Amino acid sequence: MSGADAPSRPGMRLTLKVWRQADRQAAGRLVTYEAPDVSPDMSFLEMLDVVNEDLILRGDDPIAFDHDCREGICGSCALMVNGYAHGPRRATTVCQLHMREYADGDTIYVEPWRAASFPVLKDLVVDRGALDRIVAAGGFISVPTGSPPDGNATPVPKDDAERAMDAAACIGCGACVAACPNASASLFTGSKLTHLASLPQGQPERHRRALAMVDQMDAEGFGSCTNIGECSAACPKEIPMDVIAQMNADVRRASLRSR
Amino acid sequence: MDLLSPAGTRWRESDDSSMLASGAPGGPLADRWDEHKFRMRLVNPANRRRYRVLIVGSGLAGAAAAASLGEMGYHVDVFCYQDSPRRAHSIAAQGGINAAKNYRNDGDSVYRLFYDTVKGGDFRARESNVYRLAQVSVDIIDQCVAQGVPFAREYGGLLDNRSFGGAQVSRTFYARGQTGQQLLLGAYQALQRQVQAGTVVVHPRHDMVELVTIDGTANGIVTRDMIDGTIERWSADVVILATGGYGNVFYLSTNAKGCNTTAIWRAHKKGAFFANPCFTQIHPTCIPVSGEHQSKLTLMSESLRNDGRIWVPQRAGDTRPPDQIPEAERDYFLERKYPSFGNLVPRDVASRNAKDVCDQGRGVGPTGLGVYLDFSEAIQRLGAPTIKERYGNLFDMYERITAEDPYSVPMRIFPAIHYTMGGLWVDYDLQSTIPGLFVAGEANFSDHGANRLGASALMQGLADGYYVLPSTIGSYLASQPMGKTPSPDGAAFTDAEAAVRSRVESLLAVGGTRTVDSFHRELGLLMWDHCGMARNEAGLTEALRRLPRLREEFWRDVKVPGSGAMLNQSLEKAQRVADFLELGELMCVDALHRSESCGGHFREESQTPDGEARRDDERFSYVAAWEHGGGPSDPVLHKEPLTFEHVHPTQRSYT
Repeated sequence: MSGADAPSRPGMRLTLKVWRQADRQAAGRLVTYEAPDVSPDMSFLEMLDVVNEDLILRGDDPIAFDHDCREGICGSCALMVNGYAHGPRRATTVCQLHMREYADGDTIYVEPWRAASFPVLKDLVVDRGALDRIVAAGGFISVPTGSPPDGNATPVPKDDAERAMDAAACIGCGACVAACPNASASLFTGSKLTHLASLPQGQPERHRRALAMVDQMDAEGFGSCTNIGECSAACPKEIPMDVIAQMNADVRRASLRSR
Repeated sequence: MDLLSPAGTRWRESDDSSMLASGAPGGPLADRWDEHKFRMRLVNPANRRRYRVLIVGSGLAGAAAAASLGEMGYHVDVFCYQDSPRRAHSIAAQGGINAAKNYRNDGDSVYRLFYDTVKGGDFRARESNVYRLAQVSVDIIDQCVAQGVPFAREYGGLLDNRSFGGAQVSRTFYARGQTGQQLLLGAYQALQRQVQAGTVVVHPRHDMVELVTIDGTANGIVTRDMIDGTIERWSADVVILATGGYGNVFYLSTNAKGCNTTAIWRAHKKGAFFANPCFTQIHPTCIPVSGEHQSKLTLMSESLRNDGRIWVPQRAGDTRPPDQIPEAERDYFLERKYPSFGNLVPRDVASRNAKDVCDQGRGVGPTGLGVYLDFSEAIQRLGAPTIKERYGNLFDMYERITAEDPYSVPMRIFPAIHYTMGGLWVDYDLQSTIPGLFVAGEANFSDHGANRLGASALMQGLADGYYVLPSTIGSYLASQPMGKTPSPDGAAFTDAEAAVRSRVESLLAVGGTRTVDSFHRELGLLMWDHCGMARNEAGLTEALRRLPRLREEFWRDVKVPGSGAMLNQSLEKAQRVADFLELGELMCVDALHRSESCGGHFREESQTPDGEARRDDERFSYVAAWEHGGGPSDPVLHKEPLTFEHVHPTQRSYT
């Protein structure tokens, strides 16, 4: 279709069932809203913006949700849409999901990430601090700011660099946890471990890192991985499940060593 | 509460220029930073934990500074509005980071990067600062590689480079189209390591809402906990603002939705001068607006201009689909006007020309605000697989947003606000005019002059955070009494907290009929129309007439629901928009007073016969540093003269 004379398509009428919860302690419930004039060109979050503008003018409390860059890279947005983390479209964060995926008359359920380790703070906003603590436990290479060796001092085979980058693409949104029936954070943790373990710079701390991050992941109350694969299917960056295999292999090796 | 002054905006010029001692050292350019560092005072490692450092913002500059200072042993607190420091908007930078490594043996050097940056900034930056930036650029790459940043590599295992933004050398390092993300995650991981070590405490979901000064020195901040609304006081020996740019004054920009000016604007109102606020950068390759609901604009890397050809129909009002417009009836306007640079002219030139053709009624797309970026010739020449390899992720993103396939239909692009060169004035040590208040990254004005080159923002953020601040903060603290951090119970803190509470209550009490976003949209349109890609005296005067009224209407008619003691996103926005409404006026004053064109600031009255920006070095070779005059409409101008000892100012020419 050409851009020059695209007719403006008529608005859709949608029904939303949105999780409302006043704060961490309050009981939540699904509340129904009508969105009478939704343009197919809106993003999902812009649709919520419009609903919120209307709520504010009516004197109601607008729906709280996390969002920031709205271009799929910051990892802030986090919505279960009709039971799918980030909605129906593959490799797409909910901020990049557009309303043309929906048809006039549709009913859409919007809920927060569901996991014991991600307590709801309000409405659709959850606390993902556990993911930061997993990284703090060991998700880094210890290098003081100063004068490290020249960037080209250690060649890195291109395939290793590509594998590191594939894993490093994780945006820390937590969709993997939300999608997993066990609420496991293995894809998140495995992606950081695989990123750093793929590079020569990451070798000295490799085993210590694997044990520390996995211990923290367990301490945060995330479930275990049972190889279901929902995490990878929901991941907006399509991180493959083999990062979990890598994590398990490194933990096994590290445990043997430390014994 | 600030209300309009009935007389409208007036500015006056100060005759006291002593406030603006840059402290930039003299002597041979290449030795200045080393000499300066040697002269600095030091804090003994065992004593560092007795100093408290507050850092606001966790992007490249803030996270790098926090990780470095924490590791040195200082007691550091970091604040960010996001739910995790890893989400700061540095993460969205796509293209790359410059460094004068000369790995390509193509004639690059520290001096050439310095030269390109001074010239690219249209001779409105300080030579000493820019040279230091070019010097430390090489260390940044080493640091990031050691941290495990997965830069692109060649088959031999060495780092890959590309040429970026029209540079004549290949000095840009990159990690696919996610360079900002990977550099930020490197800094974030270094930061989390210090969290684990106990030297740094991170406070996510905390909005800085006031700066606290004691006898004119920065000694703390007041924050609002965004989960439950608690107002908290934090005292320290030094405060660092690394809170990014203020592009969201235009409402629609490529910035993240939460990016705001509140931290630097609060500091400005407490005495920090604001430098060159009208220097804003407009990026030519963004996805056009699709309708009223539009909440932000999405940038696509300008590397697209390497293979895409930009055109519009020759005839105004031509609404035929692009594939039905024959070659002879197309105007490849950049190739026509700038035969040697073609589609690769600098960002400001490309943006302005796109605006011109749209003003002539030749814009494309449903709104008429767009130009084609056409890959059909490149696909014919190189094949679709090669184009997919180069730009696949960008094409996918475009298709996701517009539902059009750029392999078969030309992309539509339009310029958008992307970066702000202006910011708080800082000296060579990155200290503002408030002692003890340092400003880093996009939040300061320092290194890019009137126009920033591609792949230089990441470089500056990390240079400030990893290399400049760790030296200069120590030197400042060495002059402060050790273990004497002021109590947060003092009068200055009590007053600051009271001011915050009264402001929050005022906003909640208005109970008007318009939402915060509706005011923000109106402000954005006003700024875009009159202080956007092209500016003139009449338009700026009109904006200055309307802005105080809009501000007055905001405080009379805004509707902020809920209370202060809860997660209240409307209240967060209202506080930010209140500050944008004041900043917008200062931007227009600055743009009006600077009647020359330079870099991203194009004054229609000052152009060459062929429509290019014409600088006026006789009258305007200075940094305009604005002191807050007490009210929103009476700023005081201070000038820091710029002298060029090494790079002789010339007229930019791209024909």
